[in-house]
Amino acid sequence: MAEQPREPRGTSHLVRPYGDTTGDGMVQVSFTLPIPHSKAAEGAAAQLAHKMGIEPAMVVHAKPMGEGFTFFVVYGRVNHLVDLSQVEVVERDYPLLTPKEVNAAVRRSLRRRLVVVGGCIGTDAHTVGIDAILNIKGFAGEKGLEYYRELKVVNLGAQVSVPDLVARAQAEKADAVLVSQVVTQRDAHLLNTREMAAAFREAYPAERRPLLIVGGPRFDETMAGELGVDRVFSRGTTPAEVASYLVHRLASGPDAGRMAS
Amino acid sequence: MSKSVGRLELDRDQVRQARRLARQVGKPIVKVAKQHTTVSVERATLRLAGLAGADVDGIPWVNRLVDCVRGDVGLEHGVSLPVWDALRRGEAATLDELAQKAAAGSVRFEMPEGREATRARSEARRAVHSGLKKVDARRRERERMIARVGDAPRKPWIYLIVATGDIYEDIPQAQAAAREGADVIAVIRSTGQSLLDYVPEGATREGFAGTYATQENFRLMRAALDETSKELGRYVRLTNYASGLCMPEMAVMAGLERLDMMLNDSMYGILFRDINPIRTFVDQRFSRQVHARAGIIINTGEDNYLTTADAVEAAHTVTTSQLLNEYFAKEAGLEDWQLGLGHAFEIDPDVPDSFRLELAHAMLARDLFPDAPLKWMPPTRHMTGDVFRGYLLDGFFNLVGALTGQGILLVGMMTEAVVTPWISDRDLALQNVRYVMNAAGNLHEDFRPAKDGFIERRARQVLTETIELLEDIALDTDDAGHAPLLAAIADGTFGLMKRPADAGKGLDGVARTSSAYYNPATEILEGD
Repeated sequence: MAEQPREPRGTSHLVRPYGDTTGDGMVQVSFTLPIPHSKAAEGAAAQLAHKMGIEPAMVVHAKPMGEGFTFFVVYGRVNHLVDLSQVEVVERDYPLLTPKEVNAAVRRSLRRRLVVVGGCIGTDAHTVGIDAILNIKGFAGEKGLEYYRELKVVNLGAQVSVPDLVARAQAEKADAVLVSQVVTQRDAHLLNTREMAAAFREAYPAERRPLLIVGGPRFDETMAGELGVDRVFSRGTTPAEVASYLVHRLASGPDAGRMAS
Repeated sequence: MSKSVGRLELDRDQVRQARRLARQVGKPIVKVAKQHTTVSVERATLRLAGLAGADVDGIPWVNRLVDCVRGDVGLEHGVSLPVWDALRRGEAATLDELAQKAAAGSVRFEMPEGREATRARSEARRAVHSGLKKVDARRRERERMIARVGDAPRKPWIYLIVATGDIYEDIPQAQAAAREGADVIAVIRSTGQSLLDYVPEGATREGFAGTYATQENFRLMRAALDETSKELGRYVRLTNYASGLCMPEMAVMAGLERLDMMLNDSMYGILFRDINPIRTFVDQRFSRQVHARAGIIINTGEDNYLTTADAVEAAHTVTTSQLLNEYFAKEAGLEDWQLGLGHAFEIDPDVPDSFRLELAHAMLARDLFPDAPLKWMPPTRHMTGDVFRGYLLDGFFNLVGALTGQGILLVGMMTEAVVTPWISDRDLALQNVRYVMNAAGNLHEDFRPAKDGFIERRARQVLTETIELLEDIALDTDDAGHAPLLAAIADGTFGLMKRPADAGKGLDGVARTSSAYYNPATEILEGD
């Protein structure tokens, strides 16, 4: 394998995976094939790795699993390049505010507290996400939304039914509804979110509907439109990011009120 | 040494005090449970008497009949006297026919009195007794099968989950999991089933993130695992859920279809599903009486406390719940070997000494409940997409299990919170368990925590906090004069969740019993 010409660090848009040497392109993958373990099965694993662009591929581990299945671990070099200039992600498109700035913005533009209703819908009992954002205890050293004086937080906790969520949002005159979904079996998080979005659309005239926000570790942030919500937050989101987004959408102008969609 | 308990050398008086407080807190709840009935208790009674099936809309006949009786005479007398009185009056020849006619509006129910009541009573008792005899026969059948094919070869029992939504997909998966080493198969229920106020009928193929618990699904899965048990030479146990609004009916169906373990917690439904507290306590007591009779092991849900609260700060809420679950279970007739009291490995791995803390908590449970199997639940909260780190964490979870003699070990998956387990995830997880048990399964013989060391001190602290919490609960009051535990649940003593006794799902299915109330199932279950 010829040595790749190296560009000075930090100037290239092109990178390769890194094992222990710059430019070595090394990756490791594991997968199962539905065939019994044999020499030929290992060859089949090498073939798959090859088709994935791993060349040369080392099948370092092969183990029978259950009846007629074999599990493989493969190490090898990929010939793909990653072009950093072509990477697309949802970057934060609003300024990150401190709690003080959030409170000031809400006071100035709404002249009342901004009401946030949150919970886990469906049968999801994992309140870790919604609690990290809402509870005063917060997340990653940041205080949760309950800490913000100008935010009124109603945390409905786990396993809230969609009709209950809509009813509480109406009763509390919610400006925003935050829903956390951790359980993802059979895409439960996506189906629940769509159901929730549809219920809010049905229950509210478009201009009165609260801002709908979902979050959870397995959400794709680009899916907001498809799911019928205003914003999707993925893993690692902090309370300040959520609070800043609320201000950006609901309290950024002198006469900002409920969202117009 | 006579004054200390277990390897942690807990203070015997303190342990007694904790149990005394649990009894003090639990007893008024039992009184409340005895003073009420629920639609689900009455439906479960009809199921024991042999009423099964559903109408064309899929509404079970037990629901139709209970609703009709309730419409005519109310729920407070129980349905048994009006139902068997109607049968005696010749309104219908069988219970099935009576349900159909009642649903069509052609039967009027009334409360019999005097001799008529005595006769209705004895016929109701005979019908329900024959159902309980079936439960007894299923229990003997289990004992015979274990004697014949053999039991799980070692403790802890390895507990694996299947959850495809389709019973016909679940069956081969469950059989494969058993062949790979599972001693216990749990079929996760379909999303939201716990909030259905009826039990779906028949074999189902369209569950959502789980498979509907139906009597037919129970039967199909038990029959399949019987085959696999014979093939493997060890009895493979089957688990489902006696929780939610149909808890008593689930217990009856489990007894009739020889399920072996049921998830059945005293407060889970209240705190995590917002089911009315009184509904839950009434349903729970009845379901536990049935489990006691059926020889079913219950699994309690203390792990849930740690999915919503910090596992170090909330450690004593787990112990408190275990003590309450033990009290309620024993009161309902369950024996120590039937108490799979739950606890979980959920401390943030970044906390210093997190493993020692886990060990202290698990040993505390072991020493407090030496004869209970205990159900040890794997990390979920601090499992991230880093499957490699998760695999190590599961190894440490297994090690605590080995060191503390857990009875039931739910196998942790490194892909927890990432995907539903793949075949390779399950195999790797079982390799992890086998390695730890093989390498260190007997380490508990050598392991003694240092006297007054970190582990002993932590366990004592948790026990002390447990006693303080139980004392607080015992002194709790509300304006309505509810039992202290109900007042405590209402004011948010358990986590952030405030669950008042007069709110929550299923409240409309609760009735305070009249002096004429009669339930043959309760009578037999309490009398025998």
